[in-house]
Amino acid sequence: MNAVLRVVATGPQVSLQDIGRAGAMRFGVPRSGPMDRGAFAMAIAAAGGTTGIEISRGGLVLDCVAGSAGYAVAGGGFIVERAGTQAGSWHAGIIRAGERMTVRPGFWGSWCYLVLAGVVEGARWFGSLATHAPSGLGGGLLRTGDEIRVAGGTAPVRDGTLPCPAWARPRHMLRVVMGPQDRFFPPAAQAAFLSEVFRVTDAGDRMGVRLRGPSLRSEGALGIPSEPVVRGAVQVAGDGVATVLMADHQTTGGYPKIACVIGADLDGFAQLRPRDAVLFRAVTPEAAVGAARVLAAAQARVIAGLGRG
Amino acid sequence: MSDCGLLVEYAEALSDGVHAAVLGLDRVLAADPLPGQTETVPAYVNLLVLFDPLLTDHAEITAGLQTRLGRVQAERAAGTTHLVDVVYDGPDLAEVARRTGLDPEAVIATHLSGDYSVYLYGFAPGYAYLGGVPEPIRLPRKEAPVRGVPAGSVIVAGGQCIVTTLTMPTGWWVIGRSPVTILRPEGMLFAVGDRVRFRRSGP
Repeated sequence: MNAVLRVVATGPQVSLQDIGRAGAMRFGVPRSGPMDRGAFAMAIAAAGGTTGIEISRGGLVLDCVAGSAGYAVAGGGFIVERAGTQAGSWHAGIIRAGERMTVRPGFWGSWCYLVLAGVVEGARWFGSLATHAPSGLGGGLLRTGDEIRVAGGTAPVRDGTLPCPAWARPRHMLRVVMGPQDRFFPPAAQAAFLSEVFRVTDAGDRMGVRLRGPSLRSEGALGIPSEPVVRGAVQVAGDGVATVLMADHQTTGGYPKIACVIGADLDGFAQLRPRDAVLFRAVTPEAAVGAARVLAAAQARVIAGLGRG
Repeated sequence: MSDCGLLVEYAEALSDGVHAAVLGLDRVLAADPLPGQTETVPAYVNLLVLFDPLLTDHAEITAGLQTRLGRVQAERAAGTTHLVDVVYDGPDLAEVARRTGLDPEAVIATHLSGDYSVYLYGFAPGYAYLGGVPEPIRLPRKEAPVRGVPAGSVIVAGGQCIVTTLTMPTGWWVIGRSPVTILRPEGMLFAVGDRVRFRRSGP
C-alpha cells in the first residue's frame, strides 16, 4: 500500500519521529526520537512501520489524498476521528483516499503517536528521520499543507483496539538516581527535593519540562565546566528552578544536576500535563537498571501478544 | 548517571593535561568498546560512557573501565588543522574593543593570533567549543543573552570561541561571521582534538 497524507491543521511541536539517532552526542546531537518511547514502540509493532508522527496536545488533522495506508495510534488518552467514526488513541486500522483523520487531546496525556505501515519519506540526518525540534533537522516539524508520503506498507499487524498497558499511564512518583552534582546541594535542598511536591509547568517542550516547587539552591556549583548530560537529568539553574531534560536535550550543560529520573519512569513523566504533581524518590543505580529490565520485559510481552489479538 | 550512563571525572577544573586524559580514554573506548557501550561523550574534565541497561550495568562498565584506564595515553593525538575564514564585522566588535581597551583592529589581530583546539561539542548540534582565545580579549559573557543570533556568527566568551551553526540566543560576544559549514548532512567538519586557525576575509 502507498498513500499521500496532507496536513490540514497542526498544533505546535508535531513532528516526524523514529526511534532516534545514537552515537552523535559527541557532536552536540542528542538522540531525539519519541517523548514516550513505550507508546511509540506499541504503535510501531501494531502498525508494522518504523516512522510516525508525534502529536502534541495541539492536535493534528490529516486528509488521505491518495492511496491507502495501515496505521496504529498509541499514547495518551487522545480522541481520534476517522471518516466520521470516533475512537480512543489506542487502535489500529487503514486510512483510505478521501478520509480525514483528526487527533485531539482527550482526558489525559500529552503525546500521541500515529505510526504508518511501511516507509515514510523524509530527510534523514545522521541516519535517522527523528526530528530535533530546536533545529528542525531530521524529518521536521509538520506544517499546514505538508504532504506525507508512505510506501510499501501492508495492513496493520492487528486491526481494531489495542491494549493500553499500565506502564503507558502518566506517572507521578518518579524514581531518581542522585547525582552527578548532588554534593553541591545543601542537605535541606536535597531533603526538599526528595520529600516535597513539584508541579509540571507549561514551560515544557521536547528539550525539557520546567517544574515549580521548592527552590533548590546549590552552593559553589555554577562554575563547573560544562559536562555531558543524559535524558532525564534534573538540572537546577542558578535561580533554584528544576528542569527535567527530555528527548531533544542539550548534550552538555554547566548547571548542576541534582539527580536523573530513571529511564523506566520518563515515559510516564512525559505524559503528565501542566499543574500535575510529581514526587521524587531516590533509588540505587542497580535498582534503576533492574527497573529498565522489568519494563522492557513487560513491554515485550504486550507487543508479542499483539499478533494474537 | 540514571540507568544508562557512567561519568568518568578526572578533575573539577580544566587543564590541558586533564583534557588530554579525557581524549585519551575516548580513543581507548573507540578502539576497544566495552560490552553494551552505546556511545561516549568527551567534555572538558570528564567523559560520559552511555550503555544499554538491558545488556550491562554500572558495575560491569566500571570494571571494564578499570582494565582500560592503564592503557590511556594522555598525549595529544595529531588532529587535523582547519583554516576558517572570518569576516570581522560583528555587532559587538566595538564593545569588545571598548571593554578590553584595544582598538577594533587590535581585537581582530589578537583573535587571529590564537591557536585554537576543539575541546568538545556541546549545547546544540555542531556547536564546537574552541579553546585558545588569547588573554587580552577574554571577557565574561553578557549580563543577558541576545535572541536570534544568526547561524555562522563567530562568538567569544572567556577563553572560548564558537562558530554557531543555528540561529539561537547567546550571551557571548559576536565579533564576526564565517562562511564555514560545520554542520553537514554527512557529519561535522571538526573532530574533537582538531586544531583551528582563523583567517581574515573581507573587512
